[in-house]
Amino acid sequence: MTDTGAKADAAPYLRIERLTKQFGAFTALKDISLDIFPGEFVCFLGPSGCGKTTLLRAIAGLDIQTSGRIFQADREISNLPASHRDFGIVFQSYALFPNLTVAANVGYGLVSRGMPKVEIQTRVVELLRLVGLPESARKYPAQLSGGQQQRVAVARALALSPGLLLLDEPLSALDARVRAHLRSEIRHLHQRLKVTTIMVTHDQEEALTMADRIVVMNQGVIEQVGTPTEVYRKPKSAFVADFVGTTNFLPALVTGPSQVRFAGVELACELDVRPGIGHDVTLAIRPEDVVVRNIVATTPNTLSARVRDIEFLGSFCRVELMTGGSITPIVADFSINVVRDLAIDEGKEMRVALPAERLRVFPPAPHLP
Amino acid sequence: MTASATPVAASLPVVRRRLDRDDVLMRAGLCLLIAWMLVTLVLPLWALLSKSFQNQNGEFVGLANYTRYFSTPALFDSVWNSLFVAVVSTVIVLPLAFVYAYALQRSCMRWKGLFQALALIPILAPSLLPAISLIYLFGNQGVLKDLLFGGSIYGAGGIVVAQVFYCFPHALMILVAALSMADARLYEAADALGASKTRVFFTVTLPGAKYGVISAGFVIFTLVITDFGIAKVIGGRFNVLATDIFKQVIGQQNFEMGAVVGFVLLIPAVVAFAANRITERRQVALVSARAVPFEPRRSARRDWLLFAFCAVVGGTILGILAMSAWASFVTRWPYNLALTLTNYAFGDFDTNGWSAYWNSVELATWTAVIGTVVVFLGAYLLEKTRGFVWGRGVAQFMAMLPMAVPGLVLGLAYIFFFNARSNPLGFIYATMIILVVNSITHFYTVSHLTATTALKQLDSEFEAVSASLKVSLLRTMMRVTVPVCLPAVLDVSIYLFVNAMTTVSAVIFLYSTDTKLAAVTIINMDESGFTAAAAAMAMTIVATSAAVKIAHVFLTRRLERTTQAWRRR
Repeated sequence: MTDTGAKADAAPYLRIERLTKQFGAFTALKDISLDIFPGEFVCFLGPSGCGKTTLLRAIAGLDIQTSGRIFQADREISNLPASHRDFGIVFQSYALFPNLTVAANVGYGLVSRGMPKVEIQTRVVELLRLVGLPESARKYPAQLSGGQQQRVAVARALALSPGLLLLDEPLSALDARVRAHLRSEIRHLHQRLKVTTIMVTHDQEEALTMADRIVVMNQGVIEQVGTPTEVYRKPKSAFVADFVGTTNFLPALVTGPSQVRFAGVELACELDVRPGIGHDVTLAIRPEDVVVRNIVATTPNTLSARVRDIEFLGSFCRVELMTGGSITPIVADFSINVVRDLAIDEGKEMRVALPAERLRVFPPAPHLP
Repeated sequence: MTASATPVAASLPVVRRRLDRDDVLMRAGLCLLIAWMLVTLVLPLWALLSKSFQNQNGEFVGLANYTRYFSTPALFDSVWNSLFVAVVSTVIVLPLAFVYAYALQRSCMRWKGLFQALALIPILAPSLLPAISLIYLFGNQGVLKDLLFGGSIYGAGGIVVAQVFYCFPHALMILVAALSMADARLYEAADALGASKTRVFFTVTLPGAKYGVISAGFVIFTLVITDFGIAKVIGGRFNVLATDIFKQVIGQQNFEMGAVVGFVLLIPAVVAFAANRITERRQVALVSARAVPFEPRRSARRDWLLFAFCAVVGGTILGILAMSAWASFVTRWPYNLALTLTNYAFGDFDTNGWSAYWNSVELATWTAVIGTVVVFLGAYLLEKTRGFVWGRGVAQFMAMLPMAVPGLVLGLAYIFFFNARSNPLGFIYATMIILVVNSITHFYTVSHLTATTALKQLDSEFEAVSASLKVSLLRTMMRVTVPVCLPAVLDVSIYLFVNAMTTVSAVIFLYSTDTKLAAVTIINMDESGFTAAAAAMAMTIVATSAAVKIAHVFLTRRLERTTQAWRRR
């Protein structure tokens, strides 16, 4: 746990040890280990088929792992059935019982506990108020909007005050506006209740805005664990750089201990991986990190470029820059101010800088653009 | 933080999930289901199979019975006869039902609801009814006898015509479903490309319904080749496999040869069933989720042509039904056509009288009640049990098997199994219980598929949610699954009721004097020459099935209004 932003001093609430899940010959999870701390909001982020839902279902005990161990609150739960574990869950489909009212849905688990009717009613009212639906107790799920149904599902999942809240793509069935709204609602709810929460999502924006920590997954392995800033600023692999946000991938050659050559220009950069001199690497830089202002003769890492294309995107412009020695264009995002001040237009020749602290170096990846 | 990609996990111990109470309960339930199907289906079939390799003293004689069967032309000819009527009936029903279904789904003709209801009438009747009607229409004293120009209705011709009536609604339902799914965009594209109407039909409509047509073909073929009642009543000297079994077992008490014929009859039924399953598996969703539903447009000429067609077909169906209805009220055909109710005094024609009818009602009720519970629980266990792969596989196979077993074969198998002296379950022989068990098994597959389809439409995460809320599956089943599936539950029960009411093939071997059934007395009365009373009993069955069906429609509607309020937005 070096740069993961975790509260390394606290004991983990959930500990996943060397989890592997096999479906026949297909390995959905490959030797996954992960610690999640009390009160954390963690997002499993990745493309479909990366194993994030499989991991969530293993944690819930719904689809048990092939091998590996899981501990929750210092109790080994590796082989426990879902009914013996402590979690509440919200599915993408919400899985609300269609023939029961909202109140009956939320109180579903309370009734089986043998709680007195009055207490159940109080608790249901409290939960519905918590998710902002105090008026809907007598309605049926079909009479609610998608966003309201989602909140009922959250209230139901919280009814038994579980130690762990699992959210399986809870927002992906909603339209964009509702989604953005519910994103902050769930976040606020989490801040109020401080219940350890894991959310599975394929939407990087959701993960970046909601999570304390993001677990980026790809093809059954964890690519990176870190705070949203870390994952965005310091992606550990080309996959993460590509999946989270937009990134330029530029082919380059290592020419020194902390120097690479791209398009015939020597660039300084931080090499974590230290491939030997003479090796091919992939250079990554985010479009918004390309600098065009205040470039003077002494500015390091500059190269000259010509604007091939400019795309107006409202608050900023996406500019395609061609550099002399490369066929790969560099995509840069310039604010409207910059574009106006520097009179950037198609065909314009100018100098841009690729700041060393913003450059990431990865092994050469032939599949990347 | 470790995130290594090396597959070292092979060395780690495999985790086995501990079972909770629900798992144990469900696995036990599934084992019970398998045991039930072993006793009611697999072991009886095994008894039948082994009987066919024995002589009358119960000694193993290898293939001797089969050799005798295939070298006796009188017996072996029935194979060709059966295949002949099955193929001819299929060839006739398919185009009729296709055009009828096309008219219902793809035209704007009038009175679609009426035509649909009309076409489904034969389902409510025992297969014996069209045969009896044909005798009244074209028999030796038939109203329309002259139309045959000296030919006889007894034989292959009569069997085929009656089978067409009996099989029509079964084919129609499959084809209506096949034609109900169409993507309007395909038709628009064809239109835009200037394809003629005929070309559109052959390149878009027909390929889209291809699997429905194939499936309907197999269903008709199986129905005809396994049906017993029609050939019994109107077959005359034209022998088919189904009547041969009956003759061997009841007429000659040659159980071993009956078992051989039963096994021979099993072959085409199993082949048709397997072929149908394979085609179904090859069927891919032709209509994607983004399809635009097809809305037929008016076309006066086509709509009127189809209307005329449906009027003729529907009219014929109604006519055949009406013939039996009329005959059942006639004093003495054809000499005294005065109307009377004496034919309904069944006691005058058969020692069991009306009690046979009440036996049938009792059988149908028990079959519907117990059968629905068994079928729904079975489908639930199969759908929802976690793990236990082999158990689910075995149960699933056994649930599909009854579809391939003709009723006569099942009935005969029951004789061999339950009448064996060593069988501790022998006490149910010749009681109402064996009739109920037999009927549930006979009609298991279709009921099972209906229940399974309904269960598959539920959110598969209900059980996961219940587990996370520490609610037992039994509770969730009672509070959520069953209420939500109630319409399907009713469908299953009505299907079982109507079939138990009308069937004759399986139970013909299993009734005793105390448990004689209405459909069986039709055959007996017809054999004794009381054709009018036979028609009257057939009409009584139709009336009962129809009443129950209508009650079902009303009940479903009321249910939708009251308990299913949540379906409305």
